[in-house]
Amino acid sequence: MRNTQRTQKIAFFLLFLATLLIVVPVGLIVVIIIQKGLPAINWQFLSDIPRQGMRSGGIFPAIVGTFYLVFGAILFALPIGLLAAVYLSEYAKDNLLNRIIKLAIVNLAGVPSVVYGLFGLALFVVFLKFGASILSGSLTLGIMILPIIITTSREALESVPGSFREVSLSLGASKWQTIRHIVLPNAIPGILTGTILGLGRAAGETAPILFTVAAFYLPRLPKSIFDQAMALPYHLYVISTQVPNVDEKVRYGTALVLLFLVLFMNLVAIIIRYNFRKKKKW
Amino acid sequence: MVKFNAKNLNIWFGQVHALKGVNMEVQANEILSIIGPSNSGKTSFLRMLNRLNDLNPSFKMSGWLEFDQENIRKIDIEVLRKRVGMVFALPLPLPLSIFENIAYGVKMHGEKNLQKISVIVERSLKQAYLWDEVKDRLKSSAFKLSGGQQQRLCIARTLAVEPEVILFDEPCSGLDPISTAKVEEAMLKLKKDYTIVLVTNNVKQAARVGDRTAFFLSGELVELDKTEKIFTAPGDKRTDGYIRGKFG
Repeated sequence: MRNTQRTQKIAFFLLFLATLLIVVPVGLIVVIIIQKGLPAINWQFLSDIPRQGMRSGGIFPAIVGTFYLVFGAILFALPIGLLAAVYLSEYAKDNLLNRIIKLAIVNLAGVPSVVYGLFGLALFVVFLKFGASILSGSLTLGIMILPIIITTSREALESVPGSFREVSLSLGASKWQTIRHIVLPNAIPGILTGTILGLGRAAGETAPILFTVAAFYLPRLPKSIFDQAMALPYHLYVISTQVPNVDEKVRYGTALVLLFLVLFMNLVAIIIRYNFRKKKKW
Repeated sequence: MVKFNAKNLNIWFGQVHALKGVNMEVQANEILSIIGPSNSGKTSFLRMLNRLNDLNPSFKMSGWLEFDQENIRKIDIEVLRKRVGMVFALPLPLPLSIFENIAYGVKMHGEKNLQKISVIVERSLKQAYLWDEVKDRLKSSAFKLSGGQQQRLCIARTLAVEPEVILFDEPCSGLDPISTAKVEEAMLKLKKDYTIVLVTNNVKQAARVGDRTAFFLSGELVELDKTEKIFTAPGDKRTDGYIRGKFG
């Protein structure tokens, strides 16, 4: 009896320790970045263009650039990803070809981001002649997050109980009506989860925008979607490795803004998802 | 008048031969009860009548099935399912309000006039004996109703699209005796205007409400006759054994 209890205590302790091991680094990252970055944050830092070779001034163009890129990527990837997910979960028959397609999509999520960068360079920048532009960068990021959005949306659609579909069909609703009025509304929280994951990834990646959009130094706001733009992750990389004598607090300040931006966008999506979940009635 | 006519109907789910050479008719405005043990094919037969079996990718069939003298596979599937409604074994409200549950089918068939829809909702809820219990909370979630109320909601939802036939698939299997009595009462009243096919695990229920009763065993139709005949002098020893509770 005693032995069982001791084993249980050890097991609980190990499980707790594993959880702690995940939480501690995350907490430390946040704490260190806030601690070192917060002194740099002021209105000028957030609203001004970079000055003195990015050693002072602000990071406003990079914030705006990242915002445009993430928005563009979602604008492109969400509709296409959702339509593909609806096709795969609702219409595609369970045959070898479709199983291969599903497997390929899952595996695409694991392709290194620099490969997407090169792909974007070849297709959008060179072949389609969009040049290094917000359009090319958004499309490249969009393609990178497509697998995430498709996979999570598909899971969300498939988790809507089959009995709801049967009821809808048994009332004489068509298959599309059933998808449109029963399946999709109940899958929205799950679809939003995929969008959140995609959003965070698109905001944080450096490699895909390296060749397709990111400007080393462009102390003004982009004028159109065919313009180049600065972006936070690449700007962070530049001031950390390419420009000598940048004050540490500027670097950490930039990291803090990037972190905050991603958390903020996630928060908005989480609130939307929470509101939809509250309406979930089964 | 013959509503459904099955001739040598065979169906398979993959390798499983679920119905074996079934020949039977369903008459208009009768309650036909189908009894039999689990896996006897009674639900599979029921789901043939509104082609719900087609959703199963491994489904295959041979033989002949007519609805109003027309090959069931030639009828547009949405039209067929509008004419042949179904109430499922478990109460399955859609994740919508009480009102929207009833209005759903009507809206899907193109009705946009809210006033007309409201009239249909009220009429359907009254037909299912639910109106008095829910008329003050039509906007609340259908999941807040009790199991018995949910099942009557499902009946009302089926009635709202004005079918000719209603298929009941063990509609009282999850209900208490009082709720069961209410559902049975509704069924008996509905017989006047609708043809009802009732699959049930409860032999006594078949005796209470069925005009005719069919007994299925291992995918075969053993016997189909007037309910009094089945329960007093069945023609087959297996029917006798089942209704006396010797197996199943």
